[in-house]
Amino acid sequence: MLNPISVAFKKARTENRPALLTYTVAGDSSKKQSLDILKSISKSADILEVGVPHNTPVADGSQIQTSAYRAIKKGIKIIDIFKIVRDFKKFDKSKPIILMGYYNMIFQYGENNFLNKCKTSGVNGLIVVDLPWPENKDFAKKCKKKSIYFIQLLSPTTTSKRLRKIIQNSHPMNYFISMLSTTGGKLKVSPREILKNYNRIKKINPKKEVVIGFGITDKTIGKLKSADGLVVGSAICKEITRSLNSRQNPVINVGKLVRKLKNKIK
Amino acid sequence: MKLKKKIPVIDQGNSLGFWGGKFGGNFVPETLKKPIEDLEVLFNKLKKDKKFISERDKYFQNWVGAPTRFIKLESLTNYIGGAQIWSKVVSDANGGAHKIYNATVHCLLAKRSGKKIICGDTGAGYAGKMLSMAAKKFGLKCKIFMGAKDIARQQPNVKAMKKNGAEVIPVYSGSQTLVDAVSECMRFWVANCDTTAMCVGSTVGPAVFVRICGWSTSQISRELKGQLIDEFGSIPKKLKLYNCVGGGSSSFGFWNEFMDYDKKQVEFIGVEAGGPAKSKKHAAPLTYGSKIGILHGAAQYVNQNSDGQIEETESISAGLDYPGISPLHCFLKDTKRARYTAASDEEALSAYKLVTKFEDLRPSLEPSHAFFVALKEAKKLSNDTVVVINSCGDAYKDRGILEERLGKKYVKSN
Repeated sequence: MLNPISVAFKKARTENRPALLTYTVAGDSSKKQSLDILKSISKSADILEVGVPHNTPVADGSQIQTSAYRAIKKGIKIIDIFKIVRDFKKFDKSKPIILMGYYNMIFQYGENNFLNKCKTSGVNGLIVVDLPWPENKDFAKKCKKKSIYFIQLLSPTTTSKRLRKIIQNSHPMNYFISMLSTTGGKLKVSPREILKNYNRIKKINPKKEVVIGFGITDKTIGKLKSADGLVVGSAICKEITRSLNSRQNPVINVGKLVRKLKNKIK
Repeated sequence: MKLKKKIPVIDQGNSLGFWGGKFGGNFVPETLKKPIEDLEVLFNKLKKDKKFISERDKYFQNWVGAPTRFIKLESLTNYIGGAQIWSKVVSDANGGAHKIYNATVHCLLAKRSGKKIICGDTGAGYAGKMLSMAAKKFGLKCKIFMGAKDIARQQPNVKAMKKNGAEVIPVYSGSQTLVDAVSECMRFWVANCDTTAMCVGSTVGPAVFVRICGWSTSQISRELKGQLIDEFGSIPKKLKLYNCVGGGSSSFGFWNEFMDYDKKQVEFIGVEAGGPAKSKKHAAPLTYGSKIGILHGAAQYVNQNSDGQIEETESISAGLDYPGISPLHCFLKDTKRARYTAASDEEALSAYKLVTKFEDLRPSLEPSHAFFVALKEAKKLSNDTVVVINSCGDAYKDRGILEERLGKKYVKSN
């Protein structure tokens, strides 16, 4: 059976648009609300990235940090995150879910235990921010055995030689970090420049899906349409924070934002 | 797990940067892979380059002020009535602490790599102060990340940093201490690694930073070795080296040159911060058996919960207030080359009182932890045992805390 992540890319391609990937933090601002948010965006988004909040996130900007701290403060545990995924899959079985987090959480849970739990709760892919190639070789192999995509990150600083090696060893989906930044930074390079780097990656193996993330908002997403997929994370976390601060319902507001994002890339 | 002889400990990691196959490594975002690799190539080349080494030595001698004093604490020795008590007064170094060695080397490396800006983290403020001094000396722009809680409790060092022209950036996330400052500094580097060099303030972080820092602070034991031979004619038959351990930069540097001696002859004792006596929180992962985890790019023993969230620490000394510990010390612990224990806030304060009562020496709260354990153990040791405590920082920065905890009479103005 094809991984639902690949199915989602195929579907987007037939509609002549990039796949829309969203990132929200599990447990933000509560377990129930984060599940409700996933449900409310699942119609518009093609792939859902679910953040595993960590309290020393070295690659996240302030928006995602705020979301992560909010979730941790409410007491979210890994076990709750698997439950959120399981509950979501009861609601929408075919929608792919990717967990994104830091390696220490997996390391403490035990790699094998973690992957078993991913499998039984319906996780389709993993992004581990601080487990780069080649350190992730063994873990990526374990993921493959479970038919879970291990998604490699690529950056503007990744050398050509390294790019080729990573892509050669990669699973069907990779993630290109648009610029030198933590998540949610202001887009400091032009979409043209980003797409130039993106195309450099695509050329190495056109069959592998490459999504672009970091710094993408409703203002910039339209200009990057030619990519296989686009990830919006911080902008959504920011919307949750804004909604909470103005006593509005984040579930409704995030739903609206994601619909808007989808319309921009149709 | 085995410690090899005749190979510097900093070079005993495997190809992925793991000591003993499991401590250290490079758990970093992809963006940092290239800058880290560049720094590795540069450092590996320069540490063998005679010209670079003589440049380093020139700055250590003329600017940092080498060697720092090695003195006998006569009155304390008489009072304790056991082993001979000596101190290596590393706080003599320019700026008042050992952090100057690492800061100087990082600025020299930054210059060689053509970077114009250097960023760094700081807890007690010494790493930041020294980096600001070195950056000024070498004409680099300097950004220092510091937890808001530490900014409040280490004002003298904050003022010094600003005076040296550094931008001090307060970090409000998490516990607002060193752990958060290091995270924020790494984030800044992720976003600016094309123009900016990073200095990690201790023997922590991705493997190359552990190595650079250990290489730099080893100046302390190079000096001490010569001073011991001058004083005793040879390395004493019973030598015990006490040092506080937070991240572990001063202790590693204090011990490095003695690594190959049998531990029966030269014993290393690392003293971690046990925190307030009544609190369960501490900054002593080695003493209290914390599990291995990943923090700031390296695998190490670290205070964490079962989910892998890093736990908040508590210590009177900002410089030791860190949930993790250098991979080098994890390696020295598991190979049993060094012994680790902890002293509480109260014990450190009592040692500070005792030292300042008998000697013209004012160790900061960090080395006061080491003094406590050393003085306690020295009592039971024979007088042919030489106990040396690294007084790696000066108490000037702790004025506020000392006045609050001990009263005005323990605070001298500088």
